[in-house]
Amino acid sequence: MTKLMLLSISDNLYYVIAGVLSLAVLFGIHLMSQVKTAKTGNILSAVALLAGVVVTLIRYDILPIWVLYVGVAIGAAIGLWISIKVKIIEMPQLIALLNGLGGLASFIVGGYALLGIGSDQQVFSLLVAMLAVIIGALTFSGSMVAAGKLHRVITQKPIVIKFHQSVTRILIALLAIGFIYPALTTAGLTVVLVITIVVAFLFGILFTIRIGGADMPIAISLLNSLSGVAAAISGLAIGDPLLVAVGGIVGASGLLLTQIMCKAMNRKLIEILLGKTTVQKTEKVKTEKQVVEEEVEEDEADENTPYLDVIKNAKDIIIVPGYGMAVAQAQHLVKQLADTLKKQGATVRFAIHPVAGRMPGHMNVLLAEADVDYDDLYEMDDLNDEFKNIDLAIVIGANDVVNSAARNQEDTPIYGMPILNVDEAKEVFIFNYDLNPGYSGVDNPLYKRKKGVHMFLGNALETLQKLADEMK
Amino acid sequence: MELLHFILLGVFVLSTIVGYFLIKNVPSLLHTPLMSGMNALSGITLIGALVAFAISYRDIGWLSSIAGGLAVVVATINVVGGFGVTHRMLNMFRKKDEKHD
Repeated sequence: MTKLMLLSISDNLYYVIAGVLSLAVLFGIHLMSQVKTAKTGNILSAVALLAGVVVTLIRYDILPIWVLYVGVAIGAAIGLWISIKVKIIEMPQLIALLNGLGGLASFIVGGYALLGIGSDQQVFSLLVAMLAVIIGALTFSGSMVAAGKLHRVITQKPIVIKFHQSVTRILIALLAIGFIYPALTTAGLTVVLVITIVVAFLFGILFTIRIGGADMPIAISLLNSLSGVAAAISGLAIGDPLLVAVGGIVGASGLLLTQIMCKAMNRKLIEILLGKTTVQKTEKVKTEKQVVEEEVEEDEADENTPYLDVIKNAKDIIIVPGYGMAVAQAQHLVKQLADTLKKQGATVRFAIHPVAGRMPGHMNVLLAEADVDYDDLYEMDDLNDEFKNIDLAIVIGANDVVNSAARNQEDTPIYGMPILNVDEAKEVFIFNYDLNPGYSGVDNPLYKRKKGVHMFLGNALETLQKLADEMK
Repeated sequence: MELLHFILLGVFVLSTIVGYFLIKNVPSLLHTPLMSGMNALSGITLIGALVAFAISYRDIGWLSSIAGGLAVVVATINVVGGFGVTHRMLNMFRKKDEKHD
């Protein structure tokens, strides 16, 4: 007897409800496209999800099973605690962690479906169940590694093991076998399931471990996408259209963000997947030169207009934040600086590169936390033509995203990456920890420019505070 | 494959396409909350977890339901933590004139 013949009215009703809830989620996302309505959108999505849960409990007649509520209560308490306690600065690793948990849940659901719980045991269902296990498991382990890197428990540098490429290929081959296996026979399926899970774990680890810090926005977006895909596929396995629809939406969202991040770094997704990271040979060669430059830099400053005069007379200012601002947690001081400048009658705008930081939108969130008006936050393309007209550009902890080497130095790993045209500004203040190149290891020609460049080296918390005191 | 499977695959393709074009309208300003919100939504797998947990617990025994229980817990963390943190972040996005409400 086929499943279709068993469709009762309640199943049909469920499909209608699932459709309505999916539309609610889509509408919620639509509301997320504006700050004013975004909160409503988020709540709408949450309510739709909750409704889906309640409907499922009724549909499967599992409302009275009390252990469910114990599980949900534990999870909800932990989730609530996390969402209240987490620092905004820890957002990238939290998102990676939550991503991983979604993957973990999806792969467990896939595993049950594979063993016949919640699914119809047909070849199609078995295959997709196995796929859910694979994608869910690698999303889980990959996200955990990403979270570890972002939390600095694991080094942010790419780790490459011996025969990384070959090992990865062997793991992919094993995963392919594991995936097809249920179509051939169900004998020994449990063993194959366990082996496949282990292989998928290893694959997720090997995949993420060689992704470097600056490529994290891409990795996080991709894992985000995968967690959605895993949910959608586990939905295919248990025949639940709501899971399929919502998971598909999440998958699309993550994919879109991944594309945006790749474009903003001029990287091809496939290169990231194959482990070509931005850190390359250039790194070592260049560092020797810097020592010399550092000394030169300080003498040159005399020829310039003193920086206090520059900043006090500037009428049109653009601030460029980068990952360094996040590391130093300098966003509040940056906001204070912006306020002081505004009081002087200057226009202050923030130019935000799409990949500044460790996740999409990282700088926006940090500045919003510091109470910067979101109308002052601009995307790269909105302000890039303005740099040549402004009086002053202030760079705070940004490096590669303002490195003009990306425009013309073909041999560098950042060549072709769109950058903020800070070098076109008449006067530039740079608040960086040191003169070392950014993550890519490529020297910034801006540091060598004598005219109009003022370096403020050291911890941005101190250098910004010092400037603020001097301006009083 | 049955009709249901085709329908499900169709749902997957359709939702992916519609989602893609809707999400394209979200400005980069809101990309982090968007991502954490999407993250929370990927916890929709909680539905599958609840079913797997309940059925294995009821029909087979508690031992077989341990993994399902774990799935319920982590999926709920994913959902509640995700929506919670998104809400918190969105609360931070303010205009000047809204600050002193």
